[in-house]
Amino acid sequence: MSGGLLLAQGEPIIPDFGEGSDCVVENRFFCPDWVRDNWAGVIQPALLQHVKLVVIAVAIGFVLSFAAALVAHRYRLVEAPFTAFSAVVYTIPSLALFQLLVPVTGLTVTTVEIALVGYTLLILFRNTLEGLRSVPPDVLEAARGMGYTRGQTLWRVELPLAVPAMFAGLRVAVVSTIALATVAALVIPYGLGYPIFLALREAFKTEIVVAGGLAVLMALVADALLVAAQRALTPWASARRLA
Amino acid sequence: MSGAAAEIVFDRVTKRYPGRAEAAVSDLSLTVPAGEICCLVGPSGAGKTTAMKLVNRLIDFEEGDITIGGESVRSLDLTELRRGIGYVIQQVGLFPHMTVAENISTVPRLRGWEKGRTRLRVDELLDLVDLPAEDYRARFPSQLSGGERQRVGLARALAADPPAMLMDEPFGALDPITRARLQHELLRIQGAVRKTIIFVTHDIDEAILLADRIAILREGGVLAQYDTPARILEHPADDFVERFIGSDRGIKLLSLRRLDELELAPLDGAIDLRASGDTTMRDALSQMITHGSRSLVVVDSEGQPRGVVTLDALAALAE
Repeated sequence: MSGGLLLAQGEPIIPDFGEGSDCVVENRFFCPDWVRDNWAGVIQPALLQHVKLVVIAVAIGFVLSFAAALVAHRYRLVEAPFTAFSAVVYTIPSLALFQLLVPVTGLTVTTVEIALVGYTLLILFRNTLEGLRSVPPDVLEAARGMGYTRGQTLWRVELPLAVPAMFAGLRVAVVSTIALATVAALVIPYGLGYPIFLALREAFKTEIVVAGGLAVLMALVADALLVAAQRALTPWASARRLA
Repeated sequence: MSGAAAEIVFDRVTKRYPGRAEAAVSDLSLTVPAGEICCLVGPSGAGKTTAMKLVNRLIDFEEGDITIGGESVRSLDLTELRRGIGYVIQQVGLFPHMTVAENISTVPRLRGWEKGRTRLRVDELLDLVDLPAEDYRARFPSQLSGGERQRVGLARALAADPPAMLMDEPFGALDPITRARLQHELLRIQGAVRKTIIFVTHDIDEAILLADRIAILREGGVLAQYDTPARILEHPADDFVERFIGSDRGIKLLSLRRLDELELAPLDGAIDLRASGDTTMRDALSQMITHGSRSLVVVDSEGQPRGVVTLDALAALAE
């Protein structure tokens, strides 16, 4: 793992890890004692910042996409422009997007959040809209025939039935945002990306392993939580089918 | 609108779709008396489903009028009108995310019934459609068979005790055995609830079995004949109707009559074939042919012989 993005200066690295155990001095793959010593000071704050980055980004992205999907469901004309916009945002490399935003919003959490929100829009919008449209025509006809108003059909039939598709979108958005949020460290010393960033400079393995491992673990836990939440919200989707 | 059955009247109703030369429904006038089943039949393109959907204004119309219990469907608020008419479709359209009980209580909830009353009504309806409430209340539609789904669909349509029901080929997607069972269930339920029902089907045998009156429509939504099944079979109005009901109308006529209506010949000697008095003459004839017998013994509910029906007696009737 030599020669990462930030090590490309060509100078030899003679890391000075200060005082520490043999493990740290020898820069072994993983040193539990370093983690123990630096948990409260380095790792835990970074982890909490990371959670905050992701939760805020996905929450805002979800609200925006949800609103856009509702509008697009009602007025088909809105679908193409919003899809095009969110697809273009999605294709911009994150580094380039930061570059574009920094002159406007500075080296701030806001810059990072705007970028992260931008990347969630496409998947959340598409999935919510597909979910709303997935309702079988006979179900809609029955709803209309029984005297559901348009609003009642939306809130009582279409939205509940769109929940599985919305959760599928949320799972992808959350996992990819957790991975992407590590890049935030390029803009600000914030989130799990920051210890990775520092450790890369010194090629310090333990810190990379811990911070990277926590990001992976966070993604797995978040995904499991979302699956559990979906099961609880849509008992009908997992109900045992008749043989 | 709820409770007692209401008369449904089509008064010179015409429905044209924009951009089409031929009308979908043409100058349709017919009266469905309160508490009767009217089957709309006809070939595809004859506008039977369109005609039915005009009643709850799933399709709107400009020419003519339809009244339910004397009130024009156009004078009523759209959602109120629909909540007052039971609606059953072929694909059932149960809400997949709601339990059987929630599905059935759809209209009562829309109308703001209190919970206790709704719960009682759900159990009562499950009982009516012969699904044990204990077992079925909490199931989801994905956990039901096709026949069970349509029973729930029927219960849902009946939930708020509407004076009228619209049924669009409700048994069309079911296997023949389930279909026959549900047809008889519908007749039994109708005996108990007495709704005014407009029932769309392309199956003339289904119409003959279920209908008090049959409306036969031809292409362009023109009413070809509107009468009781027996009168249509005995006196088809024209060639179209005669062709539509089929060359076996004599046999179909026998399906409308039961052995009880016949004067029985006295018993003579041993005859193997037996049938109860409520057997249709068509089924009795079929049994005789199947077993190569020229006669059949009619028995009472205790199984005691009452008399004999002969092939000749049936043949003489069908004339």
